[in-house]
Amino acid sequence: MNPAFSVILLTTASGAGYGMLFWLGILDAAGVMPPNLSFGIPAIFIALALASIGLLASTLHLGHPERAWRAISQWRSSWLSREGVVSLFTYLPALAFAAAWGIAGPHAVVTMVAGVVAALCGMLTVFCQAMIYASLPPVRQWHNRFVPPNLVLLSLASGAACLAAMVTFWLSGAGRIMAAVAFVLGLGCIAAKIAYWRWMDREPSSSTIESATGLGTIGAVRQLEAPHIEENFLLREMGFRIGRKHGDRLRGIAIGVGFVVPAILLIVGIILGNPAATVLFPIAAAMTLVGVYVERWLFFAQATHTVTLYYGRAV
Amino acid sequence: MTSAPRGRTRGFASPVELIDTSPRVADEVKTTTCYMCACRCGIRVHLKDGRIRWIQGNPDHPVNRGVLCAKGSAGIMQQYSPARLSKPLLRVGERGSGEFKEIEWEEALGIAAEWLGNIRATEPRKLAFFTGRDQSQSFTGWWAKQFGTPNFAAHGGFCSVNMAAAGLYSVGGSFWEFGDPDWERTKYFLMFGVAEDHDSNPIKTGLAKLKERGAKYVSVNPVRTGYSAIADEWIGIRPGTDGLFVLALVHELLRTDRIDLDFLVRYTNAAWLVIRNPGAADDGLFARDADGRPVAWDRANDLAMDAGTAGMQPRIVGEVKLPDGRMAMPVFHLLAERYLDGRYAPEAVADRCGVPADTIRRIARELAETAFDQQIVLDQPWTDTSGRRHETMIGRPVAMHAMRGISAHSNGFHTCRAIHLLQMLLGAVDTPGSWRYKSPYPRPIPPGPTPYGKGSLPMAMLSGMALGNPLGPEHLLLEDDGSPVRIDKAFTWDAPIGAHGLMHTLIANAHAGDPYKIDTLFMYMANMAWNSSMNPGEAARMMTDKDPATGEYRIPHIIYGDAYYSEMVAHADLVLPDTTYLERWDCISLLDRPIGSPEGPADAIRQPVLAPDRDVRPFQDVLIELGTRLKLPGFVKDDGSAVYRDYADYIVNHQRRPGIGPLGGWRGADGNSPGMGAPNPKQLERYVANGCFWSHHHPPEALYYKHANAAYLADAKRLGLIDGTAQIVLQLYCEPLQKFRLAAEGHGAVQPPDTHRERIRLYFDPLPIWYPPLEQAAIEQAAYPLHAITQRPPAMYHSWHSQNAWLRQIYSQNRLFMHHRTAAALGIEEDGWVWAISRTARVKCQVKLMDGVNPDTVWTWNAIGKRSGAWGLVADAPESQNGFLLNHVISEFLPPDRGLRHANADPVTGQAAWYDLRVRIERAEAPAETAPRPATLRHPKLPPAPDILRYAAGAAAN
Amino acid sequence: MTSIPTQTAGQKKLGLVIDLDTCVGCHACAVNCKEWNTSGHFAPLTDFDPYQEHPQGVWLNRVHSYEAGTGPNSRTVHFPRSCLHCEQPACVTVCPTGASYKRAEDGIVLVNTEICIGCKLCSWACPYGAREFDEDQGVMKKCTLCIDRIYNENIPEAERVPACVSTCPAHARHFGDLGDPASAVSQLVAERGGYDLMPETGYKPVNKYLPPRRRPPVAETAPAEAESAGTGVLRWIDRVLSR
Ligand SMILES: Nc1nc2c(c(=O)[nH]1)N[C@H]1C(S)=C(S)[C@@H](COP(=O)(O)OP(=O)(O)OC[C@H]3O[C@@H](n4cnc5c(=O)[nH]c(N)nc54)[C@H](O)[C@@H]3O)O[C@H]1N2
Ligand SMILES: Nc1nc2c(c(=O)[nH]1)N[C@H]1C(S)=C(S)[C@@H](COP(=O)(O)OP(=O)(O)OC[C@H]3O[C@@H](n4cnc5c(=O)[nH]c(N)nc54)[C@H](O)[C@@H]3O)O[C@H]1N2
Ligand code: SF4
Ligand code: SF4
Ligand code: SF4
Ligand code: SF4
Ligand code: SF4
Ligand SMILES: [Mo]
Repeated sequence: MNPAFSVILLTTASGAGYGMLFWLGILDAAGVMPPNLSFGIPAIFIALALASIGLLASTLHLGHPERAWRAISQWRSSWLSREGVVSLFTYLPALAFAAAWGIAGPHAVVTMVAGVVAALCGMLTVFCQAMIYASLPPVRQWHNRFVPPNLVLLSLASGAACLAAMVTFWLSGAGRIMAAVAFVLGLGCIAAKIAYWRWMDREPSSSTIESATGLGTIGAVRQLEAPHIEENFLLREMGFRIGRKHGDRLRGIAIGVGFVVPAILLIVGIILGNPAATVLFPIAAAMTLVGVYVERWLFFAQATHTVTLYYGRAV
Repeated sequence: MTSAPRGRTRGFASPVELIDTSPRVADEVKTTTCYMCACRCGIRVHLKDGRIRWIQGNPDHPVNRGVLCAKGSAGIMQQYSPARLSKPLLRVGERGSGEFKEIEWEEALGIAAEWLGNIRATEPRKLAFFTGRDQSQSFTGWWAKQFGTPNFAAHGGFCSVNMAAAGLYSVGGSFWEFGDPDWERTKYFLMFGVAEDHDSNPIKTGLAKLKERGAKYVSVNPVRTGYSAIADEWIGIRPGTDGLFVLALVHELLRTDRIDLDFLVRYTNAAWLVIRNPGAADDGLFARDADGRPVAWDRANDLAMDAGTAGMQPRIVGEVKLPDGRMAMPVFHLLAERYLDGRYAPEAVADRCGVPADTIRRIARELAETAFDQQIVLDQPWTDTSGRRHETMIGRPVAMHAMRGISAHSNGFHTCRAIHLLQMLLGAVDTPGSWRYKSPYPRPIPPGPTPYGKGSLPMAMLSGMALGNPLGPEHLLLEDDGSPVRIDKAFTWDAPIGAHGLMHTLIANAHAGDPYKIDTLFMYMANMAWNSSMNPGEAARMMTDKDPATGEYRIPHIIYGDAYYSEMVAHADLVLPDTTYLERWDCISLLDRPIGSPEGPADAIRQPVLAPDRDVRPFQDVLIELGTRLKLPGFVKDDGSAVYRDYADYIVNHQRRPGIGPLGGWRGADGNSPGMGAPNPKQLERYVANGCFWSHHHPPEALYYKHANAAYLADAKRLGLIDGTAQIVLQLYCEPLQKFRLAAEGHGAVQPPDTHRERIRLYFDPLPIWYPPLEQAAIEQAAYPLHAITQRPPAMYHSWHSQNAWLRQIYSQNRLFMHHRTAAALGIEEDGWVWAISRTARVKCQVKLMDGVNPDTVWTWNAIGKRSGAWGLVADAPESQNGFLLNHVISEFLPPDRGLRHANADPVTGQAAWYDLRVRIERAEAPAETAPRPATLRHPKLPPAPDILRYAAGAAAN
Repeated sequence: MTSIPTQTAGQKKLGLVIDLDTCVGCHACAVNCKEWNTSGHFAPLTDFDPYQEHPQGVWLNRVHSYEAGTGPNSRTVHFPRSCLHCEQPACVTVCPTGASYKRAEDGIVLVNTEICIGCKLCSWACPYGAREFDEDQGVMKKCTLCIDRIYNENIPEAERVPACVSTCPAHARHFGDLGDPASAVSQLVAERGGYDLMPETGYKPVNKYLPPRRRPPVAETAPAEAESAGTGVLRWIDRVLSR
């Protein structure tokens, strides 16, 4: 699938944003977050900003952005619509969370309730987003049980890393806890990605050029001529190809830059504490975002669509 | 933002689209005839807001019955092509540069009339008037005759004259578009070398019918695509060996005595006696009675008698002594003796054909089983030419069809004759279930008239049409000193039966001034600077070459009529811009290539559906105007005024012979005389009212055995299709060929020069022969181990369609297809770039591997590659960057043979031997782009091409 | 609306049956489809770079060709591809706006281009590549089964079939109600073993493809001397024939 900048930005940024929102809400309810006004409101807004950048980016790639509002109408059947609905809805508890933080204080019940609701809504948005991909049978790399947990896990991990980077400036202890969460989630991400990739590389496609054409009874099928000489929308959108070697290298980069190095930085930061952590955690967060971006690029680039079978390509 | 006002939406959560399922399709529907190729399908053009909404196949039309091919469906994009010419052009730069200035028609016509007038006043043959696949050859040919030049021809010489000539000299009809398998009844269909053909829609529809009925369809073709892909059996033959394959089938049928002897004696010259008098002037000619009628030996009376005598019992084998003492043998004897020879045994030919002997034997058996064990009996009484009534019609349900896979070889004439021989042996000519003549065929054999052109004089017309069918050396077009009459050397010892002319030698001969210099090359609808030339680089060079002595072009003037900015336009001095096919009157005439069917004659017209939005004129109108200005006989009345206002007027009022004109429908002042009758001033209106075609059905008893069917021949005569009602006896043995051969052996007044004697003796065999394609025989085969051929792409017509925004998406470049094993042996991979190297040149192209191709053959789609800058395309269009033209490696001449440069052509007909080409394939270095790539042509004033095309007729906004 | 209408017994399911045994790959259906539809329901079917370097455009029907197998039993098969009007089309359910929908009355899958936001998700959801995004117009287009022909009262009744069907010179395309087992198309499918493309995706295409017919294996005949009707030409010497 074409790794379009807008969708990659969407899922990377909104994943991190909602992940951050999640940890803010949950850990505030758990009383771990620093009670400062100067922390809470900016943190919530940074989380929402990340999520919004993503959502905005995704509307930009629409053919008719001015009609985007229509996208919330089909929540009964469409995960994309659901994502829209939930993401829009999330602004309510999230803004309430921010307002309550400012007005009622960070540990007021109303704040904690709003925080938890915002956290859950945010994660639900990420889940809906994941389900958009997971509900597409033509793309076997997406249409499987790994994808929703993967995307949720990466959202939580990148959100945690971002929050750790921020919160450590206010409260070293909270920073350490967040970093620990990010560390554990990072390891989880490594495991999850490796499991996903191993599965993806091994699991044969249930669709083949033979099943796509129904000509397998005659013999192995090869394309003799494509309908048109130039690449068309279908191939540009769904026929993206990346070499195996290139893919493996990028996988290494995604894991290394996104999780392995950040894990080390996080551990060192946890051990050394501030002020080292105020340097290490932001670096770890930035690297995580870069890693997730690469991972997401691969998530698209290595996803194949059955339509390409008709053009003689493997899926 | 989307344009069409097609529906409204109600609701948000459950939006409902309100669709108008009955939109008005058109403001107006006009019928006419498609011209996106030469198939001549009927179309209905739906117009909305003055633009074309849809072109639909006319369901009532006899040719296509409502279907339309990809090309026909893309007519809209042809009509609105940016490559359309818009005004007459006069060259201002060097020839070939594409630098022109636009001029007014008055100036253009004045220049043309001046050049042509000078020629006509001095030496008319210095005008060479050649046309392409125009559908007005009876008109253009007549114009040339009235002008007085023998140098007229159309594209047939490089197209399929082998099919036409072999058919006309053998069965009085031919494959090409002049015959049809009996699609409704055939049980076994054998097709040789056909990719699309002129009858492309009817063939597709016919194949579907065969499949529906479960008939067996065998395709003999080195490549398995298109029609061959759906064959029940594909025989991937080696190019150029079909003759051997067919004669091996003949061998098998003779060996197993599975032939229709009754048919042979009744309808062919099987029993005619051939004089056996080696060395004498009558050797090999038919023995004739005092009245000149061929004789056969009657078993009952034991004497030779008129071979046409009804009820006689002719002997078909055994030598006999004629009353005058000469020895003679029946044709069948000679034939059987020849083909029973072990040379033609399946084992002997299998390797050369690339077809296993067992397969050949099986096919022979299947043919015979189908023809004889599954014969068809129609309860349809009929009367033969001897007046005998037959209660039924016996059918041999084996049909054959063949086209350029046969004809585009230098042995194509004989191979095609071999196929007709096979049909005759099976009794499968115009019987129920077999191949059938399409009206106006059959014609008498040998065919007439003979060619004219000798002794053309200033200001005089020729006494007959330039092209014709010579029946012996006496009909050759040679001056008294033996030099060629024609610039293309058709009807000389180079190409004695060059019945369609030799357009492929035209430019080289004109350039060389051989046999004489010409003044003006006047061409119409033929892209001779590109895809219709062998070796187009050389053709372009010769057209632009100057005589250093005079500084003048060696070909002094070139006038060209085209509708689009083709490569040839850039090589003309004066360009006469034509209309598109939707903007003019045309007629698909009974005098030319009509749309007749086995059921009866039919013809058609084109009517202007749209008015031209440019300063262009129908070429035929222009010819009439020139004819009038030149005061050609037939074009002006005594007072010097024009006979014909325009082509539409000519179509209605021209009479070739009294009562016979271009169109057969609604003749007679009242429109009630089909076929023959006085001109009818309302004729075109009647055509338009009838969907732009006319068709006539012969009565049921006239539909088969037309060559010997009294009812048919009478009806055909009544309609003016044929002059007499005598039986047309099919010719297994072709006497005219023997006459040429006798000349080569030293008999008669007109004899070939010594350089040609052996060649004529060899190739003018009265019975079909096979020989290796000439180029192949003349080169070192190991150095060029592969055959290279082209195929017609189903969705493109030659060079016409690269300008078509839709069709070019399907083929904007072409690959060289080759067998994966052959490629593997050469280390060539899928998509690799290679050189295809022939004995004369090399072309660089990209490879596509496949399984369904003869392993010794490479092929590509024809005419996809274009010269940069032509056709209204950007200079770096894929057609010129990656597409390639195989023509670059085809030579118009064979390797010199004892100082003689023979055309790369069939020695009998002069048919261009495109598919004799042999190449070697080598891996090519970077860059990944085609070569050769001649310089980019400059545009005359073409409109800018849009980057985005949002064509929608009748839609709100664009 | 993007929920799939509930299917009732005897539900009308209009669709195409494509005969791969007679399709010669001529592209007529694709071009005629383009021609009809560029001024039709989805007007225009935009083309990009029409006379330039990379000519391409919106086509609702595209014709591929394949080779299957190698050696004597291999075949070349031409293969037109357009929307299959699936019974369970995720291209409909994924659509966030309701622009992509399946008609309850005949099962035709359409796009309402008035409300389509051009998110392209439906094209991702179609396994068959039957959705065509018009990058100029910003909306999704696809085969309409010629909705503006098949019910069009301005067209003679006999001609109320899709453009691609009426134009196919090889009569390889058939149109009808595949929900009605008695219809000509259903019977053709039953007779010829019509099949679904990629049944494993569970989309249940309505369109069916008829497989290339199996050819009877060809048994070669060994050289049969016995068959020979005597040798030489003179065997016909005593044959009595009448002219
Ligand atoms: N390698 C190879 N070469 C071949 C062949 C092959 O099989 N292989 N086939 C040969 C054969 S059989 C043929 S017939 C020739 C065909 O070759 P040509 O006869 O040269 O055919 P085209 O390229 O179709 O077009 C001739 C010209 O007709 C013009 N034209 C189109 N429509 C109109 C119109 O309405 N009015 C006018 N005035 N002009 C119009 C086009 O613009 C074009 O310039 O090619 C031959 N060349
Ligand atoms: N779509 C489309 N239709 C056309 C045309 C077009 O350009 N496009 N051109 C028109 C013209 S001008 C003509 S002349 C006709 C020609 O109509 P066709 O005769 O169909 O033309 P070709 O493409 O030359 O087809 C030749 C076929 O013979 C095969 N072949 C080559 N050599 C041999 C051989 O030695 N033996 C056998 N058995 N087969 C062989 C090739 O593989 C090819 O399939 O088509 C007309 N129809
Ligand atoms: S075969 Fe196609 S291009 Fe040729 S006349 Fe018929 S519809 Fe037109
Ligand atoms: S029009 Fe018919 S034969 Fe031609 S490609 Fe389409 S389905 Fe096949
Ligand atoms: S073929 Fe594709 S676009 Fe058509 S209904 Fe099925 S899934 Fe939808
Ligand atoms: S592109 Fe249009 S039709 Fe397709 S899913 Fe998006 S809104 Fe729906
Ligand atoms: S049914 Fe209509 S829209 Fe669909 S492929 Fe055929 S012609 Fe095109
Ligand atoms: Mo031709």
